[in-house]
Amino acid sequence: MSPTISCSSVYKIFGNNAQTLLSESGGNVDAKKFQEAGCIVGVNDASFDVNQGEMLVVMGLSGSGKSTLLRCISRLTDATSGKILIDGEDICLMNNKQLVELRREKMGMVFQNFALLPHKTVLENIAFPLQVKGVSTENSIYKALEMVELVGLKGRENYFPRELSGGQQQRVGIARSLAVEPDIWFLDEPFSALDPLIRKEMQDEFLRLQSVLNKTIMFVTHDFDEALRLADRIAIMKDGIIEQLDKPDNIVLNPATDYVRKFTEDVPREKVLKIESIMDASDPNASGEIAVKTDDIIETVAEKILSSKEIIKVVDEKNSVVGSINPSKVIKVLFGG
Amino acid sequence: MDKNYLNIIRSSKPAQFGILLIVFLLLYNLVPHNEGNYFWRLPSLLGFIPIKLNEIIYAALYEWFPLKVWDPIFEMYEEKAAFREFTKSISKGLLFLITFVRELLLGGDKIIDVFVNDAWLKDNDWMTWPALPWTAATVGAFLLGFQLGGIRLALLGGIGSLYVSIFGNWVPSIQTLSFVLITTPICFVLGLSFGIWGYLDRKVETALQPVLNVMQTMPQFAYLVPIIALFGLGDHAGSIATIVIATPPMIRNTILGLKRISPEVVEAGLMSGCTKTQLLFKVLIPTARRDILNGVNTVIMQCLAMVVIASFVGAKGLGLNLKIALNSLKIGKAAEAGFCIVLIAVILDRFTKAWANKQVDYFENLTFFQRYKLLIIFGTSILIFSIIAFIANGYFDKINYLYVIPIEKGFTFAHYIDAAVDWVWETFFYSLNSFNKFLLTEVLGPMKKAYLGMPVVATLTLTMGVAYIIGGIRTSLLVGGMMLFIAMSKYWDRALITMYMATFAVIMASLNGIIVGSIFAQTERGSKIILSVCDFFETFPSFVYLIPVIFLFNITDTSVLIAAIVYATVPATRYTVWGLNSVPLSLHEAGTMSGVSRIQRWTNIEIPLAFPTIMLGVNQTVVFTLQMVILGALIGTEDLGQLIFGALSRAQDGPGVAITLGLFVSLMAISVDVIVRKWAEERKKALGLA
Repeated sequence: MSPTISCSSVYKIFGNNAQTLLSESGGNVDAKKFQEAGCIVGVNDASFDVNQGEMLVVMGLSGSGKSTLLRCISRLTDATSGKILIDGEDICLMNNKQLVELRREKMGMVFQNFALLPHKTVLENIAFPLQVKGVSTENSIYKALEMVELVGLKGRENYFPRELSGGQQQRVGIARSLAVEPDIWFLDEPFSALDPLIRKEMQDEFLRLQSVLNKTIMFVTHDFDEALRLADRIAIMKDGIIEQLDKPDNIVLNPATDYVRKFTEDVPREKVLKIESIMDASDPNASGEIAVKTDDIIETVAEKILSSKEIIKVVDEKNSVVGSINPSKVIKVLFGG
Repeated sequence: MDKNYLNIIRSSKPAQFGILLIVFLLLYNLVPHNEGNYFWRLPSLLGFIPIKLNEIIYAALYEWFPLKVWDPIFEMYEEKAAFREFTKSISKGLLFLITFVRELLLGGDKIIDVFVNDAWLKDNDWMTWPALPWTAATVGAFLLGFQLGGIRLALLGGIGSLYVSIFGNWVPSIQTLSFVLITTPICFVLGLSFGIWGYLDRKVETALQPVLNVMQTMPQFAYLVPIIALFGLGDHAGSIATIVIATPPMIRNTILGLKRISPEVVEAGLMSGCTKTQLLFKVLIPTARRDILNGVNTVIMQCLAMVVIASFVGAKGLGLNLKIALNSLKIGKAAEAGFCIVLIAVILDRFTKAWANKQVDYFENLTFFQRYKLLIIFGTSILIFSIIAFIANGYFDKINYLYVIPIEKGFTFAHYIDAAVDWVWETFFYSLNSFNKFLLTEVLGPMKKAYLGMPVVATLTLTMGVAYIIGGIRTSLLVGGMMLFIAMSKYWDRALITMYMATFAVIMASLNGIIVGSIFAQTERGSKIILSVCDFFETFPSFVYLIPVIFLFNITDTSVLIAAIVYATVPATRYTVWGLNSVPLSLHEAGTMSGVSRIQRWTNIEIPLAFPTIMLGVNQTVVFTLQMVILGALIGTEDLGQLIFGALSRAQDGPGVAITLGLFVSLMAISVDVIVRKWAEERKKALGLA
């Protein structure tokens, strides 16, 4: 199956003569040289795929180009060069009409500062993408009511954005982005403007929604913990370059660059690593009553392993035994050394 | 040693100002007052400008692009200038619209006349549109208010129109209202379109800015003569004058509002799948709604402020009544008309605001009758009151009071006001008169003399020097150029008188505003109260301010100046409150913890930080003051305003003179604006407030 989003050699350079500078450099962009020439490099040679139903989290500090990359893929800005395929079609070549069509049918986006229309109520905001598409008022409001229920805002349909808390406003933003039932869901730092407690609650809510909806997701954040919590895969960006793109546990175990290592150093391993990464595959016939799964996160099963007196077997998703686990390895992950 | 002094001068602005002052005083005293001396007065090298402008206007009207036009009376083709045909058709269209609304409410046959044959209409005199009885209109205003904002607005609308009707101002009020109802939408559409264009295209915005600056600072009077020349006299001319004056703030507000939209909201609109048109009409304009509606509000207020001025070019209504009453010094009558204008302004203001905030309810499940209940009641009441009024035709023999209460038969409180004014006049005559005399002989007279005794080289040095110290060489050249332009006309002395009046009024108004603003801004409640008082006073058309002062101080500079001071105190107060409120709370707390007293806090913390904002308010007072000083010509002053006003009666060279003089006033305001804005910007940057 072909990937839902496929980027190859995407560049975004801001400045007047970006195009010429880029073609002169032959794809080998040095941010410093460009800056001297009056250009700012937003995205530098990004190539990756996002598969159907996968959640790719793009992580980076401010100015790393993560939001710019997202905006290139949604074509809110035009990439300076490169190919961006959505379901096999290059959106950089689309005309305005096709683009509007694409956004109406396939895309939804959530914004950091919610970006709700201040003059519309909760219900009207959610129904908005449907109404611009030409859905009748009655049907769009009916659909919006459904979405209100989905994001847990029942009873506040007629509130204006200014009357809602940040968390509630973002629920509206989420509902609006989902109203057209898009295949691809873009989220640009959706929880960054929220208080830590609300953020945690919204992340849980988000995971619940994703387990029901199973969208293809690009999620931008500056919070590494958030990335670890949510992602199928993480892309870490710095100065417009994707430093590493991998599964969370791989990033923690094998940081590709020093920059990535700085993020991973303080991450509690047990919260990221799966049983898979510390099991002994050598003994597929391990006996014993208690079993853990290969993709269990260590933290969640540590107590079970350490309080048991027998050897614990590891099973895969088909429930066949693939190895065993040595408690000492769990202790090592938990307490270091 | 020498270098040391130079460095001090270079780095210290007070030192620079000191030197400038010394140079100015030297020039002032040393240049001989002699007409032949170019340091004293410049020759009027630019005296040809008004004449040239006149030639252009008349050439456009009578010579350019001749078209063959069919003349139905002489049954032949005639050569007519395209531009004149263009202005004529605009005039006709506007006049038709205004008359249409007017006749819809007051009845008549002019509109029907447009569609049918004259002779037929004469034979069938039953063929007139019936007037709307004021009783039905009152019910209508009540219901509309109720629909928009509940019982409070209903009472405002109902009692308001009841007052207008039974005090005999129904006809002029409707004339004014029809004027506003046609002019406002035109300003709205024009302002919105130009605003959007400016927002979408930076070049357009850059080009618009100076034009808007000039338009907003030109005295309203200056537009009248050219408009008479181009469009003739009548309600349409008043409407056009109003459009010219009320559209710029609408454009400004639109651009401002659109620029304030967060880029995320635009992106959200795009990602929701908006086309460009949808983005504009469903996302951008509604999101900027608050600013755009503020613009509409300003337009309505400007329309009402213009009704008196529009009456000079033939607009009928309350403005004309006010003008006539004022001309014959009937203070009571003038106050009544003025009160009606304010009343209409307040009603329209509240109604439009309520309408803008109205919300759609998707869940109401109403029957036809429930939904259109109010409309049905209104329709029925029109029917009933019309029938009653029609039947009553037989009862009243001359005037049917159920249609209209004419002004001479209505209630009136004019004589109470006249009596009150008489009482004040008699009781305080000596104190008022001696105050007036004192002010004229001890303050205003010497000040005027000092201004007129200023050699042109001293004036230019002072203004350009200030501009140089504050804004650098470019600002200095800009300001100098503008002043030179005035100085090289033959109107420099008049301009100096305008400047003297403006200076006095600006200083007084700024002091008032800063003091009043500072007192009220001490508490949050106080700020709210004073800001709403400012709102209230801003709904007054500028003309209304002249009514009381004329009576108290006769037709002297004092009257005009006091009106100008009161009028311009409003923006000074408003900006002072804004400035003081914007001082960060942490600084207040830091001050309190450093143990400052109330006065210390005011002088050391609040005023320095609020000063850039206060200066922007002073900027506004300059514009307000100049408007009022020029308006003062109406009651007789001897500055530029008098000449602009005088140009009204000079059809031949009037338009050119009026535009040139108006431009002069505008240039003065812009010079001050350029300097103050630059200074405020730099102060803000220095204080880290930008």
